[in-house]
Parts: sequence; C-alpha cells; structure tokens
Amino acid sequence: MKAAVITFPGSNCDRDLAEAFERAGAVVQRVWHKDVDLPKGIDIVGIPGGFSFGDYLRCGAIAAQSPIAAAVKAFAQSGGYVLGICNGFQVLTETGLLPGALMRNAGLSFVCKAVDLKVASADSAFTCEWKKGATLRIPVAHHDGNYTIDADGLARLRDEDRIAFTYVDNPNGAMGDIAGILSQNRRVLGMMPHPERMVDAAQGGTDGSVLFRSLMSAMAPA
Amino acid sequence: MKARVHVMLKDGVLDPQGEAVRHALGTLGFSGVEGVRQGKVIELDLSASDKAAAEAEVKAMCEKLLANTVIEKYTVEIA
Repeated sequence: MKAAVITFPGSNCDRDLAEAFERAGAVVQRVWHKDVDLPKGIDIVGIPGGFSFGDYLRCGAIAAQSPIAAAVKAFAQSGGYVLGICNGFQVLTETGLLPGALMRNAGLSFVCKAVDLKVASADSAFTCEWKKGATLRIPVAHHDGNYTIDADGLARLRDEDRIAFTYVDNPNGAMGDIAGILSQNRRVLGMMPHPERMVDAAQGGTDGSVLFRSLMSAMAPA
Repeated sequence: MKARVHVMLKDGVLDPQGEAVRHALGTLGFSGVEGVRQGKVIELDLSASDKAAAEAEVKAMCEKLLANTVIEKYTVEIA
C-alpha cells in the first residue's frame, strides 16, 4: 500500500499518521498543501489532524480551498481511498467529499481524552478487520466534533450503512453518536477520534492499529 | 464599494455558543433574554463599481467559502 500524507500549515498529527501507516507496512510519501498533484501510484491519501490555517473562518474551510485539496477531490472522485482524521474529517466535509458538518462541541469545551467507540460498520476497507459491534478505545482531541446533518442525510447514512464508528458515551453532542462516516462508495472515511494515536503499547494501547491493518489487508494484491 | 456579509447558523441548527451567551447574560442579571444566536460579520472592500455584479460576486464567495451552507445562512449588504 502506498499512502500520501498531507501537511497543511497547522497540521500536527501528520507525522503520527505517516508513522501509523508505515508501521502497518505502507510506503508513505509526505505532501505539502501547495503541491498541485498527488504522487503517482498512491492507493490512499491521509488528511491529518491539527489546526489547519489556525481554524480561521471555520475548521478546515481554508484547507479545503488549498491547491492539494483539488487533487484530493479528483483522486476521491476517481475511486481513490481517503482517510481524514479530526481536522482531516473537517476538511473532508468542507470539500463536500463527505456530507454534513462538524460544529462546536455541545458542551463548548475542548475534549481531550480516550473514548470508547463502537464499530458500526465493518463493511469498508478501513474497518474490515473488526467485527461489527466491536469496541475500541482511542483518543479524541477536538473543539469542533459535534457532527451535524439534516434528517434526510442522517437517514441516508443509516440506510446505506455508512456510519463507520459511533461513540459509546457521546463526548461532543454529535448527532446519532456519530464518530466517523463513509462516503457513498465507502472509500472515503472521516472520523474525529485518532486511531494513529493508539498504534504502540507505549501510547497506552494499540486499538487504532486495526484500522491501518484493515487497509493493508483490503489493499493487498490478490 | 464595501460589502458586509452576515453569516448565521440556520434556524433549527442548535447554537451551543449562543446558548452559553444567553446563560451568561442570565447570570449577570439580564433576566429577559429568551434566546441568543451568535454569528459573524465579514466586511469586504471591493474594487467593483457595479452594485449588482458585486452582489452576485459576493454571493458566489459565500457559497464557495464564506459560509458553510450545510449549517449556515448568509445575507449580503452592498454599500
């Protein structure tokens, strides 16, 4: 698996994300937000957490207009895999690659702690090494993770089995306890919690590594 | 020409910040505040001289960047 990890000014999980991909066996190339093209031959783009462009205007809004964002959009629309974590999820909703929006947390506080998640769908390259209903414990660290979508959109996500992860104990007011969602073709995943921060026992657990392992097995040559 | 854009959360979208402001005002003794919605104002200096064209352009800016129309609505004033 070949992965590209993007860095925006203000990204701060880009190195962790690259490391998590590499530990799973992927070859990673780092990409700067001003690049207009993604590296050739990549299988997946990782959009990391952080505070791209200082969260100015809205979280992810400026990053979504950056040169590389156009390339990511084209890559996704041609069937490429994209993983957006935390700020990366916000960027994906701002680009329109994923529906809905991430609003200020219901409690207004920045929430930074480990949370329990439930795998709501194992039917994706990101979640195929879990069983549906399995739980994992990985951290959240965000101020704007309160997922919101209109009633029709929510019904559609449910009908199409596109909710990848839900919170066991909702930390931010997200609609339907949603922690992560998939695109219609199931190849774009946006999630607020940080799997890349739980890939080594020294980080307190390895539950997050299952996601990267899933990607490796889904993309292994047949 | 100047343009002023008001961006507000759509009606029906919960506004946790507005609600916190409402609560704080109550704590300060302003008892009659029944609701608060918080938004933002964006002022633009434009080189355009045609009002209608400027308004159309600013609306396009709102759709593309200034507002997230999934959750926000906007109004444009040209002066």
